[in-house]
Amino acid sequence: MANIPAPRATRKLPASLADVETVVVDCDLLIIGGGNAGCFVAVEAKKLDPDCKVVIMEKAEIMRSGATAAGMDAINTYIPPGKTPEDLVRWSRAQVGGGPLREDLALSNARELNEAVDDLERWGLPILRNPDGSIKYRGKWDISIHGEQLKPIMAEKAVENAEVYNRVAGTALLMDQGRCVGAMGLGVRDGKFYVFRAKATVCSTGGAGTLYKSYTADSTDCGSQIWMCPYCVGSGYAMGFRQGAELSSLEQRWVATRTKDFCGPVDTISVGYKAPIINCKGEKVMARYQHLGGDAAPRFIRANAPMEEWLQGRGPTYCDTRGMAPELAHAMMCDYLNERPSFVLFLASRGQDPVKQPIEIFGSDPYIMGGHTMGGFWVDLARMTTVPGLFAAGETAGGNPNKFVGGCAAEGKLAARGAHAYMSGLELPGLDQAQVEAEKARVFAPLLRGKDFDGVRPREMKERLQRLMDEYAGGSSQFYRTNEERLDYALTHIAMLQSQFGFLKASDLHELMQANETMDRVDVAEAVVHHLKARRETRWAGWQTRMDYPERDDTNFDCFVETRRDPATGEVTAFTRPYEQLVPGDRYTA
Amino acid sequence: MPPRIHTDKCNGCEGRAESFCEEACPGDLMAVDVAAGKAYCRSTLDCWDCMSCTKACPRAAIETRIPYQLGYHKATLRPIMGKKQITWKCVDIHGNETTYKYRNRLDT
Repeated sequence: MANIPAPRATRKLPASLADVETVVVDCDLLIIGGGNAGCFVAVEAKKLDPDCKVVIMEKAEIMRSGATAAGMDAINTYIPPGKTPEDLVRWSRAQVGGGPLREDLALSNARELNEAVDDLERWGLPILRNPDGSIKYRGKWDISIHGEQLKPIMAEKAVENAEVYNRVAGTALLMDQGRCVGAMGLGVRDGKFYVFRAKATVCSTGGAGTLYKSYTADSTDCGSQIWMCPYCVGSGYAMGFRQGAELSSLEQRWVATRTKDFCGPVDTISVGYKAPIINCKGEKVMARYQHLGGDAAPRFIRANAPMEEWLQGRGPTYCDTRGMAPELAHAMMCDYLNERPSFVLFLASRGQDPVKQPIEIFGSDPYIMGGHTMGGFWVDLARMTTVPGLFAAGETAGGNPNKFVGGCAAEGKLAARGAHAYMSGLELPGLDQAQVEAEKARVFAPLLRGKDFDGVRPREMKERLQRLMDEYAGGSSQFYRTNEERLDYALTHIAMLQSQFGFLKASDLHELMQANETMDRVDVAEAVVHHLKARRETRWAGWQTRMDYPERDDTNFDCFVETRRDPATGEVTAFTRPYEQLVPGDRYTA
Repeated sequence: MPPRIHTDKCNGCEGRAESFCEEACPGDLMAVDVAAGKAYCRSTLDCWDCMSCTKACPRAAIETRIPYQLGYHKATLRPIMGKKQITWKCVDIHGNETTYKYRNRLDT
């Protein structure tokens, strides 16, 4: 197996489509995205069948790609002795306000979870342990790691089991009579067009950041200091959605309380180091939410609580780290260095010692992340989407929140098993040249419009979309609130943007990648707005707040909201699917 | 202005098909100016400040700097990569230096 290096960006740009070389690669299993989930798909697939040819299409370079590129400080779920997978599902359910959630998926994931985390430790990931050798828990379910090397540790195993094509950005699925038979992508360094033919395809491209404007985005050097990896833009969702794969629960956006002005994790301090959330008056904010669990309230309550303080005139809000023992503060800074090292630099740039001054917190911009909340493809137990042959794992698979690192790893294994069973006896169909040529023309068009073409830069369109989503579809500037009319406004302008894809222009391959990413963002944003429109209630304030329907409506909306885009017409329809409780017990507590 | 290249230290990873920083960047933002033989960031606006390039540079020629709009002038954070451990040296705007050192890989 091999980690195929990317060359330096070519200076020779094509003058026409005829100049663009097409590379066709055949394999058994294609993995789009070699991140947390994708690496585990590769390892498991090879374990199931050593003769299986596994290929990873990777947009960056696999050793430092995706959401775990900077590292990680915790595994948020690992089932402790005395607890069961059912207990974990009950906790996950309570964290999302009683659901709905896909308990079938959650249970199967929970049963696989610890083994996947144990794999990481066997591969060299330092998991912090107590003096007696037992794993050190920092909260009820989460354990601390020194995960600065998490991504290379996973990637090295993936490389042992797959051929990794680095710097190839996925743009579309390859289809054969309604079935996914691989995917296509842009070589962002070599300028080639890649066609991967596969018997089964797992989409593990991560979630969608950068759909919404971040409040820290300025016009100069700070456009991407967001919490979610800004290079995960939702391309996986877009590829499937355009081919008719059903999306689930995108309205349950991931919004989290994060450190203010430089989006770093807050659970590190509030859970890991028991620092309470306080407002400008020094009052403990979560005391207001005692009836909902106080400090252990569901995640969306905790995420929205500091924003409510601001709205009520009681901001700024902080995590009160003052008086923390120096050795604890040192350990906390090491945690940050493992997950978001530049946050330590940020504190130093503010001249701030957390032992003396509390750390300011605020809400993040909203993300679509099926590994954290529930937005992603509707999948069956084998992790197959509604498009046969297309599987999803990690952030791309919906309905099953609170997966995080361990759960995404576990789901990678489950998707590999699903794909393995699906492809037995399958043959690759012949290559549909017309489909390949059409996609190649679509992908390269922004580069081929000529240098004098009076068009639109990918960044301009991205920023237009981000402001639209922020102001009309419940971004942080609006404290996450929206209504029917704002969402209709957003849809009108999203349709305008889609009608202007033909004006996008790129001056090099990097910008060509950005042009394609921006088209993906717009298509995913359209789905998000349809989801927000269809849920006419407020179930998870902050994650999903409808000012025109401020109450939870169990009669009509204790169910999943789904969307599907007609591949022929592009028309998006929203509908619902019922929730099924499988794990007994009160839904709202755990 | 993340990341800053110290051009006195950077040699563009002479002889390599791809420099270490352009290999590492998850956003495809690092490149080498072939004429000058030095690395540069093609768009600081798109930088996540993940420090992958800073860690990857064998000549410590890359510094991650917090944009001024977010943090004041000037603090530094320097990763020193060992085989199975990492050392970080952080200097805040008042000149206070703190060192952090720990294992980042287990023996396997």
